[in-house]
Amino acid sequence: MGKVKTIARRSFLIGSAAIVGGVAFGTYLAKRAIPNPLLQGLAEGEAAITPYVKIDATGITLITPRADKGQGAYSIQASLIAEELDIDPATATITPGLPDPAYFNGTVLAESVPFPAYDQGKIAETMRDFMSVPAKLLEVQITGGSSTVPDGYVTLRMAGAVARETLKEAAARQMGVSRDQLSTKDGHVILPDGRKIPYSDLAPAASKLDPITDIDLRDPKEWRILGKADTKRLDMVAKCTGTETYGLDLQVEGMVHATVRSNPSVGGEMVGFDATEAQSMRGVSKIVPVSGGVGVIADNTWRAIQAVNAIEFEWGPAPFPESSEQMFDILEAAVGEDDKYDHRQRDEGNVDDAVTRGEIIEASYRIPYLAHAPLEPMNAIVRVTDDACEIWTGTQIPLFVRNKAAALTGLKPEQVFVYGHPMGGSFGHRLEMTHVEQTFELAMAVKGTPVKMTWSREEDMAHEYPRPAAVAKARGKVLDGKVDTFDMSVAQSAIVSGWFDRLMGRPVPGPDATITTGSWDQPFDIPNYRVTGYRAPDMVPVTSWRSVGASGNGFFHDCFLDELIHAAGADPLAERIRLCLHDTSRKVLEAVGEMSDWNGPSLGPNRGRGVSFCMSFGVPVAQVIEVTNTEDGIKVDKLYCAVDSGPVLDPTNFEAQVSGGALFGLGHAMSSELTYADHATEQTNFDGYEALRLYQTPSVEVKALSNAQKIRGIGEPAVPPAAPALANAIFAATGQRIRELPLSKHIDFV
Amino acid sequence: MKLVVNGTSHDIDVEPEMPLLWVLRDELGITGPKYGCGIAQCGACTVHIDGEAVKSCQVEIGDLEGEVTTIEGLGTPDALHVVQEAWIAHQVAQCGYCQSGQIMAAASFLATNSTPSDAEIDEAMSSNLCRCATYPRIRAAVQSAATKLSEG
Ligand code: FES
Ligand code: FES
Repeated sequence: MGKVKTIARRSFLIGSAAIVGGVAFGTYLAKRAIPNPLLQGLAEGEAAITPYVKIDATGITLITPRADKGQGAYSIQASLIAEELDIDPATATITPGLPDPAYFNGTVLAESVPFPAYDQGKIAETMRDFMSVPAKLLEVQITGGSSTVPDGYVTLRMAGAVARETLKEAAARQMGVSRDQLSTKDGHVILPDGRKIPYSDLAPAASKLDPITDIDLRDPKEWRILGKADTKRLDMVAKCTGTETYGLDLQVEGMVHATVRSNPSVGGEMVGFDATEAQSMRGVSKIVPVSGGVGVIADNTWRAIQAVNAIEFEWGPAPFPESSEQMFDILEAAVGEDDKYDHRQRDEGNVDDAVTRGEIIEASYRIPYLAHAPLEPMNAIVRVTDDACEIWTGTQIPLFVRNKAAALTGLKPEQVFVYGHPMGGSFGHRLEMTHVEQTFELAMAVKGTPVKMTWSREEDMAHEYPRPAAVAKARGKVLDGKVDTFDMSVAQSAIVSGWFDRLMGRPVPGPDATITTGSWDQPFDIPNYRVTGYRAPDMVPVTSWRSVGASGNGFFHDCFLDELIHAAGADPLAERIRLCLHDTSRKVLEAVGEMSDWNGPSLGPNRGRGVSFCMSFGVPVAQVIEVTNTEDGIKVDKLYCAVDSGPVLDPTNFEAQVSGGALFGLGHAMSSELTYADHATEQTNFDGYEALRLYQTPSVEVKALSNAQKIRGIGEPAVPPAAPALANAIFAATGQRIRELPLSKHIDFV
Repeated sequence: MKLVVNGTSHDIDVEPEMPLLWVLRDELGITGPKYGCGIAQCGACTVHIDGEAVKSCQVEIGDLEGEVTTIEGLGTPDALHVVQEAWIAHQVAQCGYCQSGQIMAAASFLATNSTPSDAEIDEAMSSNLCRCATYPRIRAAVQSAATKLSEG
C-alpha cells in the first residue's frame, strides 16, 4: 500500500450540493425516523411492514424508489429486497411508488467530501457518513451519481429481512411456536412440520405487529439471487416485445396531446407570437403561452408538432454568448486567472519551484458541450384538478417534481402524485424538469383533462442543459525517466449551483467540485502534483451528464499523464502502475495489462493501443483501446476494461453497464459535440448530433476484480477512461497527439 | 382510410400526410414502435410493411401500401419470435427504447439473409441507433438468431 499524502483541504467543497441555504439541522431532526409512507391509506388486510414491501391478499409489491433509466435499477432493487424476503422477484409487482422523504438517497452526497475516494481513513469515512444527514433533511430523493446500489445495498436487504421476520413472528403467534422454529421460502413461512403459510395470509396479522428489526443480514455465501452468473433483468421480456410502458407510451383516460416550442436560447423569453395559422389547423384545440414559449394542445402529437411549427415567434435575447467560439474564448480567459480561482484540492511537493528548472512540457486541452440525447424525448402527462395534481413521467428527481408542482398549483405536497415510469435513457437529462413544468402550465389551462406533452426531438436537443464545455492547461516535467511534475488548471462553468437553483429556487454558494472531479482525486503519487479549478462565468445553463466532472477531467488528466510518460520514455502502463498509490487501483491497471497482453503501445505498422485510467464515483477503471490507422481513417478494433466496484450483484447487467458506459464515452469522444451559433445549438437532431453506431463499435471485453471492500455503482465509472484510451491509442498508431474532443475534428474514423 | 396492422383491419380518418408512426401510436394506441427522431435517423420507429423493415416516421399514411406488422405482431411474451428469443437470451436491452426497432430491423434482415457475415450485420443494423450502446449484444443476438434460423 502506497502512502496516502495529505491533500490540501482549504475549502469544504459542497460542489455536489449538501448544505444548501444554510439549513440548520439539529440532532433531533437528523435522527428522527421518517414515517413509513405506505402506512397511509392501507386497506384492511394489507400490510406495509417497511416502506419497501407491501403485502395484501393479491400478492407482494416491492417499492423500488430509484428510477430506472435503463441501468436496471428496478431489477437490482427488487432483487436486493427479494434476497432477504425469500421470494422470486419475478412474481412480485415492482413499482417506484410515490416519492417520499423516506426514500432519500443517503449515499449520493458521500463523495462530495474533500477527500479522494481512495482515502478511506476515519475522518474521510466519518464525513461521508455525515453527508447522509443533509441528504435526509433536504429530502434528496435522487437517482444519480452511481449511487443506487451502494445506497440500497444494506437498506433494501434489511427491508426484506424485517418484512420476513415480522411475517414469521405473525406465523409464530398464530401457530403457538417460536419464531426461530420457522423458516421461509418462495413467499411462504414454513412450519416445523413442513406445512406452508403464504405471506399474503399472514399480512393482516403482521400489519398489527411492531416490525422485528433486530436482525443480522445473511452472509453473501447464502445468497440465491444476488451474485449469480445467469441473472436476468426483470424488464427484459417487456423491453424485447414492445410491451414496456415508457412515459411516452402511457395512455390516460381522456388525455389530450401537446407539444411546446420555447426560446431556442435556453432561458430566453418569448416576446410575442402569431398563432393564427396554427389555431385553425386540424385537431388543434388550444394554444397556451407557457414560460419562455408556447404550447399547442391537440388530439394527436404529430398534429401538435405541425401546429407549433406553423407559429411565428419573436424571441427575447439570449442569456449567454452567441457562439461556441465566444464561449471557448471566455473559458480560455478564465483558466489560470486569479479572480476565477475556485478551488485547489491537490497540491503536493512544490510545483512552483519545480517548474523553474529543466524542460517544461506544456499542453492545452478542450472538450465541447455535449447533449444527453436519450432516445426517448422528454415527456410528461399531467392532470390538475381543484384538489389534486397527478403527474406521470420518467424522472430522476421525483420529490423535487412533487414540490415544484405543489408550488406552481398551490396544492399541498400530499395532494400531488408523481407516478414514475421506466425511461428510454436519461444520462442526466432527467435530472432536469423544465418539460414537466411546461406540462403543469398546459394542464392548468385545461383543468381536469390529462395533458400528455411530448418534446419533438428538435425541441429536446434545443433545450438540452448540456455537459459543460471546458478547457485545461497543463504543464509538467520528467526526471530520470519518471514523471516528476504534473500541474493542471481546469476552467468550466459551474454545474451544481444553477441546477439547484432550477430545482429548489436557490443557488448553492461556494466552490463547484465538478470542475476538477476526475483529475484532482486520482490515486497517483507524483512528486510535484497540483490540480486547480477555475470557475468560468455561467454561459449556457449546464447540468450533470453521465459521469459528470470526470467525463472531461478523465480525458484531461490521463492524456496529459500519457504525454509526460511518453516524454520520460517510460512504458505507459508500467509508469502508471509505478505511480499508483492505491492497491485496488493498481490491480485494475495490472488486470487490463493482462487482458490485453500489453507489451507496449505499438502493435505493428499502422496499429497502436492506448491505456488509460480514471477513478470516479470511487471506482477505479482502466481501459486499453486498440486501433488501426486505415487509409480511410481510424478503425477502433478492441476495447478492454478492468473495473473494481467491490462485490458484483448482477454479473450480466454489470457487464452491460460497463460495456455500455465505455462505448458511450467512446462514441462521444469520437464524434459528438453540441455547438452554438446565433445563441442556439447548431445540432437539431441525430443527423447533426452524431452518435456511435454499430459499424463503429469495437469488440469489448470486461473484467470485474472485486478486491474493493465497499460496494459501488457502475452506471458511470466506465465512461471517463474511454476518451483518453482512444486518444492515446491514436497517438500510438499515428504519432498525432489530439488534445481536443471530439477527435473527429482532427482525424477521420471509419 | 383502411389499414391492416398485425392482421387487424382499422378504419381511420386522418390527413394523408400523417406519418404511419403517429397513426399507430396516437390513433390506434399501438406503442411498440417508438418516436426517436422523426427524420429517419434512429430507427426506433421501425415496423414491417409486407415483411420489409421501414421507418414508420417516413411513411405518409396516404402512401401506405401493404400490411403493417409492429413488434407486437412479431411475437408476444408468451409466443416469442426467434429474434426476440435471442435478444432475451443475450439480455440485450438496457433502457430498451430502441429495441423494438432493432428487433424489427433484425427480423426483416434475417428473413432475407440467415447466414450473414459480420460486415453484413454491421451494415444492416447501423441505421438503428442505440444511445445505451448495447451494440456488442445486438451483434451477438443477431448471430445467434441467424444460427437458429439457418438450422431451420
Ligand atoms: S423516429 Fe423514425 S427513424 Fe427515428
Ligand atoms: S437500449 Fe437504450 S437506446 Fe438502445
